[in-house]
Amino acid sequence: MLLNIKNLHVAINGKEIIKGLNLGVNKGEVHAIMGPNGTGKSTLAAAITGREGYEITQGEIWFKGKNIIGMPAEERANEGIFLSFQYPVEIPGVSMTNFMRTALNAQREYQGLPSVPAGEFLKLMEEKKNLVEIHAKLTNRSVNEGFSGGEKKKNEIFQMAMLQPSLAILDETDSGLDIDALKVVAKGVNELRSDDNAFIVITHYQRLLDFIVPDFVHVLFDGKIVKTGGKNLALELEEKGYEWIKEQYLATSEL
Amino acid sequence: MENIPGTNILDEVTQGDYKFGFYTDIENDTAPRGLTEDTIRFISAKKEEPEWMLASRLKAFRHWLTLKEPEWAHVHYPAINYQNIIYYAAPKKKEYASLDEIDPELLETFNKLGISLDEQKKLTGVAVDAVIDSVSVKTTFQDTLGKHGVIFCSFSEAVRNHPELIQKYMGSVVPYTDNYFAALNSAVFSDGSFCFIPKGVRCPLELSTYFRINAANTGQFERTLIVAEDSSYVSYMEGCTAPMRDENQLHAAIVEIVAMDDAEVKYSTVQNWYPGDKNGLGGVYNFVTKRGLCKGRNSKISWTQVETGSAITWKYPSCVLMGDNSVGEFYSVAVTNHYQQADTGTKMIHIGKNTRSTIISKGISAGKSNNSYRGLVKILPAAANSRNFSQCDSLLLGDRCGAHTFPYIQARNETSIVEHEATTSKISEDQLFYCKQRGIDTEKAIGLIVNGYAKEVLNKLPMEFAVEAQKLLAITLEGSVG
Ligand SMILES: Nc1ncnc2c1ncn2[C@@H]1O[C@H](COP(=O)(O)OP(=O)(O)O)[C@@H](O)[C@H]1O
Ligand SMILES: [Mg+2]
Repeated sequence: MLLNIKNLHVAINGKEIIKGLNLGVNKGEVHAIMGPNGTGKSTLAAAITGREGYEITQGEIWFKGKNIIGMPAEERANEGIFLSFQYPVEIPGVSMTNFMRTALNAQREYQGLPSVPAGEFLKLMEEKKNLVEIHAKLTNRSVNEGFSGGEKKKNEIFQMAMLQPSLAILDETDSGLDIDALKVVAKGVNELRSDDNAFIVITHYQRLLDFIVPDFVHVLFDGKIVKTGGKNLALELEEKGYEWIKEQYLATSEL
Repeated sequence: MENIPGTNILDEVTQGDYKFGFYTDIENDTAPRGLTEDTIRFISAKKEEPEWMLASRLKAFRHWLTLKEPEWAHVHYPAINYQNIIYYAAPKKKEYASLDEIDPELLETFNKLGISLDEQKKLTGVAVDAVIDSVSVKTTFQDTLGKHGVIFCSFSEAVRNHPELIQKYMGSVVPYTDNYFAALNSAVFSDGSFCFIPKGVRCPLELSTYFRINAANTGQFERTLIVAEDSSYVSYMEGCTAPMRDENQLHAAIVEIVAMDDAEVKYSTVQNWYPGDKNGLGGVYNFVTKRGLCKGRNSKISWTQVETGSAITWKYPSCVLMGDNSVGEFYSVAVTNHYQQADTGTKMIHIGKNTRSTIISKGISAGKSNNSYRGLVKILPAAANSRNFSQCDSLLLGDRCGAHTFPYIQARNETSIVEHEATTSKISEDQLFYCKQRGIDTEKAIGLIVNGYAKEVLNKLPMEFAVEAQKLLAITLEGSVG
């Protein structure tokens, strides 16, 4: 199993947000995680990627056979975990080219490989830019500076394509995107998709799942996965909302 | 995501190592501790100076005795005991005809600093004057420069060989009466560099001086004088380092630049004096007067500085824009970490018509340091249509450091335009996590973010200096976050 989360509990400032979550992801799979606002989807992503301030009070996160709890965020990234941020930040004065080269070389150093030669790097940039239809000027600008919401999200997918992670977590990458941008994002994911990697797609809307077809759909509620199904579950959620899930969950937890 | 209280990783301040803190054991010739007229006579005699030079030193000394140390800067330090300082220290042998004569220890010192004094090996096209404590030990490429009529030598040599130029220009931009530290320097200055670029010559090499304080308890009082005649151009770089010591060391230098009609001087500094340890012990007190005079029409002087060292920095490289259409520029990155204090900025004095000045200052504070920008833009009544643009940005790493901006504007001509912008920002947890999520560790991330912030200024540095400066910025802030 690529990722195996067992009985995960995560607290922020002493307040428990994730309350005993189990999730297994195999290579080649796409898992969608859906659920109402504030149920802990981004918190889960933060816990997997090792963001500080997210206290793991119980449980284990296994990735490629290692328990990664306590592993620094940059090491997890270099192990192949990628997060497409819900809110990508701006880094003024740092060109996308410089940023990407630093990231790629950090990854290569971690793998014991020499730095990527400049020519090869630029070629790779060109290739991946085309893939996500990012306008050429984007790579010459500072990281996310002056980017529109949609450009920022495309930029996340571009970085994913550059870094070729084995596990990519997309945190509401589709929110606020028009249909064309959505297709670009989906294309980026589908081109990367292989038997060797996996995706966790966090989303509110079934819409994205028309383009990135998931193997599993999980519903996160109150810090736990309360329902798991196939891609039809997403359709059902779209149609009926989350109320019925809540009711079901509350009814069973009262037992 | 918002900041999560209690987990602020910018909170923890640890030690970033100073790479140049070694000491070289070489035999020294030193003056007795303390400062009297005898000390000055001693220095002057050591340097075999002409009578006029001694007279000029004594005049400055007598004036200095009447002055009080300035207190207006936003820096705090215990009173300096001027009688406890050694004012002259020199490696026993003073000047070297060839590399073979130089003490191997000394050569090794410069090698460690990454400065090659060997012209054969030097391919980058930079002529170097290397000053250790009170004397210049070697100036490279003098022959090549000589063919173009460029004079580049130690100040002592210039006093002996070009007395007419020194007498004409020394003190013409920074008179000994200028301020307390200028008076002190004018009395006891030891060595430094002199550059003279004749009319119409574009200096074929970058000129550079490396200053190194080595001996203990010794003050460094160097003097640099650059004269660019009509339509000439020179790019000059200055670098400096010092050993790590527990006691504070005083550095009080003077730099004077004169630019005649259509001349341009680009002066770049990477200042990396020992900053003291993480508890604020030791470090260099850097009290420097740097000023350029745009004397001729259409002349231009630009100061670019990267300030990462010193326990205390007190430094305001300035431009006096006398010639019509002359241009003054000041680009600065000042980084303070641990207990460092920097009060730095510039003065742009507009006298001529259509004079223009630009000030870009980027302060970066970390640890418990204090970083102040202090700038004066003064437009005199005759300076019709003059313009200034100032931008002063501060970046904070953590919440125990300080950034302050003191802009003074005196505009006395109605046709002039003065613009001032200022911002303060922080490196956010979000930015750091974003980098780390891409596999970039904290130190590299900070280096990246800080270099991005300072890019506008770093871009102004000569190529070979820019790379050094980028590394230095990253090293200085190494360990500034946990
Ligand atoms: N940095 C934070 N500090 C305090 N509370 C937080 C923080 N981040 C998230 N939370 C809380 O954790 C809960 C889950 O948030 P989040 O994981 O962002 O939900 P989702 O992504 O599902 O919308 C919410 O109640 C939110 O208020
Ligand atoms: Mg979220």
